[in-house]
Amino acid sequence: MEHQILTFYDWVAKLSSSELVALILIVTLPLVFLIVYALVAILGELKISAFIQERLGPMRTGPWGIIQPVAEVVKLLQKEDITPDAANKPLFNMAPFLMFTAAYAGFAVIPFSSHFVPAGINLGLFYIFAMGSLAVIGLVMGGWASNNKYSLLGALRSVAQIVSYEIPAAIVILSIVVLASSMNLQVINANQGGWFWNWYVFGGPGSIWKLLVIPFTFGMFLLYLIASLAETNRTPFDIPEGESEIVAGYHTEYSGMKFAMFFFAEYANMFVVAALLSILFFGGWNSPFGDFMNGPIWGVFWFISKSFFFVFVQIWLRWTLPRLRVDQLMGVSWKVMTPVAFLCFFAVGLWAMLK
Amino acid sequence: MDLITIIFYFFAVLIVASAAVVVFSKNIMYSAFALLFTFFGVAAIYVLLNADFLALTQIMIYIGGILVLIIFGVMLTTRITGVDIKSGLMGKMQIGITGAALAILTITMGVMYSNVKWFTRDSEPLKDTISPIGRMLLTDYLLAFEAASVLLLIAIIGAAMIARRKKNIN
Repeated sequence: MEHQILTFYDWVAKLSSSELVALILIVTLPLVFLIVYALVAILGELKISAFIQERLGPMRTGPWGIIQPVAEVVKLLQKEDITPDAANKPLFNMAPFLMFTAAYAGFAVIPFSSHFVPAGINLGLFYIFAMGSLAVIGLVMGGWASNNKYSLLGALRSVAQIVSYEIPAAIVILSIVVLASSMNLQVINANQGGWFWNWYVFGGPGSIWKLLVIPFTFGMFLLYLIASLAETNRTPFDIPEGESEIVAGYHTEYSGMKFAMFFFAEYANMFVVAALLSILFFGGWNSPFGDFMNGPIWGVFWFISKSFFFVFVQIWLRWTLPRLRVDQLMGVSWKVMTPVAFLCFFAVGLWAMLK
Repeated sequence: MDLITIIFYFFAVLIVASAAVVVFSKNIMYSAFALLFTFFGVAAIYVLLNADFLALTQIMIYIGGILVLIIFGVMLTTRITGVDIKSGLMGKMQIGITGAALAILTITMGVMYSNVKWFTRDSEPLKDTISPIGRMLLTDYLLAFEAASVLLLIAIIGAAMIARRKKNIN
């Protein structure tokens, strides 16, 4: 960013006159947020699925069952920690932690507000993408170490799926980089300031001619939405954990706390892709209405509500759509999404050149 | 010792320890997974050297690409043949040759280290590495860049050719 702003980090460092306090605070705050968010998302998952299926969902724990997620977490914590006899113990125990580390590492560059980002590096977008590829190893490790054919099949499917869908997702992200001419998530956000028609889903800031590029940017948004569903193993792309075929996929053998780690990692991943969607296409922490309710504190509100909306979309789709077959899944990625992503990339590149 | 030094030593120990696991582990799967920590540690060292783009490329390509390929290779061959692949024991001959080579290498490195006049950093580290890299790749090093991309394209086409369903010969 060109103009020097007093960030949250500087503010805490000044207030407590210690860099270390600021460092610890800026690293742990997203974790606190993640835990609260995961509880909200679990409740959301239960209640939204109930609403879609015309049930009530959990009603007994607290008013309307709102402390159900707390009860679930306590239950998981108390469960016996079972390691199967035939499993490869070191790798079996390491895999959930690796998954969670990879998922949480993505939070390092997510800008919650114009003044709060744990690490405002110039390569933010690339960083999130690199951390996504780290999660693949955790999946394979868990699937292989379980020594169970369903786990292994789940891991194989998952990796094949993530690696295939990374390609259209990467091309879409590259197109956004072309539009924003930066990989810094803060700069990408700042570029979309002002009213909501400056968001990249509507072609970014520009003259009336940007109407020509809107179909492509909107297409990019849809492509990334689909690819992000596949990358977080959510329905309709949840063949890695398709209950009707392979029990629970790569985490079949996991129970108790280690299962909870996988679970948290999945929810963390969901938030990371939802945050990325809101940053890349919907202005991140920018208010949709110009200067109305705009600012560093309101930024947190806008960013979190936009991201929560996309988490809601993921949950909504999960309970609405059926699961794809493996060959259809690969066909969609390679034969439809990759060519369309290339087309959008060319269109956006042309637009960025002529603009 | 400041924080950066502590982080450096942490990752240095991580790299050496995991590299030792890669080499000495009997279980080839452990070797493959230990490579993850080696690659990750090297990426961290790149970050400490202010080469952030290189670090992320390292994670992206070596961990996201090559390591997955290696693990798949090991995993699938183990499962198909039905026996766990173990790396073989070292013979006396190999140990002798390796030890001698290592000794010569250590002495050479020691001599080099004490004789070389090291360049010290005379300017501030770059705040932004990606845009100079991008500019250089598309101007001064365009030929190398294009040659690499054509090479990769040929590799992709070749891989697709090999993987294609063969027409029935009968």
